[in-house]
Amino acid sequence: MPIAFPIPDAAVLGRRGEILTGLGQLVAPEALIVSEDERRAFETDALTAYRRMPLAVVLPSTTSEVSAVLKFCAQNQVKVVPRGAGTSLAGGAIPQEDAIVLGVSKMNRILDVNFGNRTARVQAGVTNLAVSQAVAHEGFFYAPDPSSQLACTIAGNIGMNSGGAHCLKYGVTTNNILGVTLVLLDGTIVEIGGEHLDSPGYDLLGLIVGSEGQLGVVTEAVVRIRRAAEGAKPVLFGFDTSEEAGACVAAIMGAGIVPVAIEFMDKQTIEIVEGFAKAGYPLDVGALLIIEVEGSDREMEAMLARIVGIARKHNVRHIKESHSAAEAAAIWKGRKSAFGATGRVADYICMDGTVPLGQLSNVLRRTGEIVASYGLRVANVFHAGDGNMHPLILYDVNDPAEQAKAEAAGEDILKYCVEVGGCLTGEHGVGIEKRDLMRFQFEERDLWQQMRVRAVFDPAWLLNPAKVFPLDNRLTA
Amino acid sequence: MTRHSPTSEAEACAIVAEAAAQRTPLAIQGSGTKRAFGRPPQFELTLSSSQMTKVTLYEPAEFVISAEPGAPLNGIVRLLAEHRQELAFEPLDYRPLLGSDGEPTIGAVAAMNLSGPRRIAGGSARDSALGVRFVNGRGEAIKSGGRVMKNVTGLDLVKLMVGAHGTLGFLTEVTFKVVPSPQRVATLWLVGLSDQTAIAALSAALGSPYDISGAAHLPAKIGDGARTLIRVEGFPDSVEYRLGELRSLLKAFGTAVVLADDTGRDLWGAIRDATVLAEPRDKAIWRISTAPAKGADVAARIARTIDARWFFDWGGGLIWLACSTASAASAATIRAATREAGGHATLVRAPEDVRAAVDVFDPPVEAIARLQTGLKASLDPAGIFNPGRMFPEL
Repeated sequence: MPIAFPIPDAAVLGRRGEILTGLGQLVAPEALIVSEDERRAFETDALTAYRRMPLAVVLPSTTSEVSAVLKFCAQNQVKVVPRGAGTSLAGGAIPQEDAIVLGVSKMNRILDVNFGNRTARVQAGVTNLAVSQAVAHEGFFYAPDPSSQLACTIAGNIGMNSGGAHCLKYGVTTNNILGVTLVLLDGTIVEIGGEHLDSPGYDLLGLIVGSEGQLGVVTEAVVRIRRAAEGAKPVLFGFDTSEEAGACVAAIMGAGIVPVAIEFMDKQTIEIVEGFAKAGYPLDVGALLIIEVEGSDREMEAMLARIVGIARKHNVRHIKESHSAAEAAAIWKGRKSAFGATGRVADYICMDGTVPLGQLSNVLRRTGEIVASYGLRVANVFHAGDGNMHPLILYDVNDPAEQAKAEAAGEDILKYCVEVGGCLTGEHGVGIEKRDLMRFQFEERDLWQQMRVRAVFDPAWLLNPAKVFPLDNRLTA
Repeated sequence: MTRHSPTSEAEACAIVAEAAAQRTPLAIQGSGTKRAFGRPPQFELTLSSSQMTKVTLYEPAEFVISAEPGAPLNGIVRLLAEHRQELAFEPLDYRPLLGSDGEPTIGAVAAMNLSGPRRIAGGSARDSALGVRFVNGRGEAIKSGGRVMKNVTGLDLVKLMVGAHGTLGFLTEVTFKVVPSPQRVATLWLVGLSDQTAIAALSAALGSPYDISGAAHLPAKIGDGARTLIRVEGFPDSVEYRLGELRSLLKAFGTAVVLADDTGRDLWGAIRDATVLAEPRDKAIWRISTAPAKGADVAARIARTIDARWFFDWGGGLIWLACSTASAASAATIRAATREAGGHATLVRAPEDVRAAVDVFDPPVEAIARLQTGLKASLDPAGIFNPGRMFPEL
């Protein structure tokens, strides 16, 4: 069944002219996008099978403009869909007809870098990669690294609590944010956290990160920056089967070795990616691990020796070390372009369930069976070290029957992830995509409790209102 | 005083539902070792975790442990050690400072977000917490998070519950991520540095690629002369290499000496629990969090008007400070100095009458107070869980 959208509020649609006039008084003319042609760029995100044309798009340049816009929307009962760069795979930024899109992409400056405190204050519309680039000259970086890091914003990362390949060692967004400037729906601007660790009272920062734009709009953030290791080296390990690769991951972790990243690709993905990125991946293997170690040359050698020893016990068939920065970059380019490369050969939806490490091989096998039972193909590429799976289910977006099958297969896979002790989404967020599956992971009373917490921030249910929670049984104050 | 000690989540739900119906406040308690922390609770009814002590799940190969709230921390630490694992956040033990007996529970570690020196590298208790189960103020069993390493499904109530000091619900199970124990832990020390210079040395170390897991400074007033400590851990060959690199990096600050592993371990224990400030017992203890680069300034500013002793952890970002018994005036001085630098100050130890009169935690600005009150009402509408324990109005 296709994902449902709420029926647009006719009264709000009828007031469009009045709403645009009101917004026009709050922001510069170029910050208000009203023409249909220009709005079209905002009607979807990376879940491109779904799109809705918003009432208008507002792109403020300052926190006070965001405050004025939110206050206006609250007073006039206009729904707001916050947006970073629109790279959500879960439809987290997809608009609805009776809502405005509030984008923070113009607020993209690095405000302050403090190497002594190992922090940076940034505007939330800055891209993830730009933060690392701004501190690279001192050998520092910002750790969470979603594959979309070239485009995605810190605001979006905060909204979804984004992860990435290197989170195995350095944690996800919530572990790397020290403070935010948050604009509440009534326009109040609050500072939460700062350059210090921990805050008195309830952990509002922890609640905001991953709240998918439902509690307020983040306009600035204090992020933690870290000194990079002396060197880093991704190494390719090829196996005949996914099971062997999965068992090898478990054995490495079990030996007390925590590499910076352990990424997995199955045969389907290897072929797609190698055809696109020419990363030098072996084509005669059934599964590939990219394991990254870091440190001095000696430390990397020692750790690699330990890992190679374990891999040999798991029948590794192919080991390829990177011997230069260019080779290392090529290996990562392949991994990070996996979604893009797959998009060139087929449409796909990307699942994001996380499972206990011991279940990896089992869930991989079951995923293959489920997708095959719908007559479709799947490419698996994911963060194996933390059990965060990304099956890409390939289909043809122009064939509604096939789209329905792909979505049904995705649902079955996620339900299975929950059944074996995992969750629906590890780093992409619920958005619209997994909204109607929430009852598989949560009891009704769990959802009500979450909605009561949500209502503290947005009693009228105006902020990103069609996301995360099933559309029926909504709590409003 | 009546004490309820449920043996299961279902029993806890029934007790809470009854208390909510009667609007009877409940003092939430583990083993009571931190009763002297926070605003003093004065309630008829205690809801204790003392009969919920089981480890409910431990999968060493999956790096995850779940336990009922009353499970003693020392039992969990022992169990993990049998598998060469540990909690990443090095939980702080308040017994030496508070002069209490008994075994701290894992529930209290979560409820108070207790983290030690490794906070700067491994995160706090909240960063390791993967999931919770708890009874809300309606007497319903609620779950959030789970047992997997990455989970963004729904609002993150785990973060809210960790550090809420039992004011939002009664925890019935907590799940933590665990890490392999390092094969070697080694400590470098520099002597005779001023606060400012010591923090510059710690900052140089923390800004290096050598993965520091502890960075503290004990000024001369603590005793035994000024000592600056830097900890590294991991595989022995890697630790040896990083110690060497750090010694050259820190040359400008003096000759860094490698401590015997045992001596280092004892010292980090003393830093974690602030035992170096435990005596004399009539002194009030504050725990101040600020930006590391501002730590020395904050302490110096406080010392201008208050007779105090202090030391630094977290590379200068955490100041443990002992001063003459707290008063509204000294609290105002400490909080003003902290606020100006950015940060907050918690009154960890003081006589009961002082804790009733002086805010234990920095009072929030109005907008945040409103959110906190709203969150309290959303989870505990009858206001029965530990009312007034953190803030008078919560």
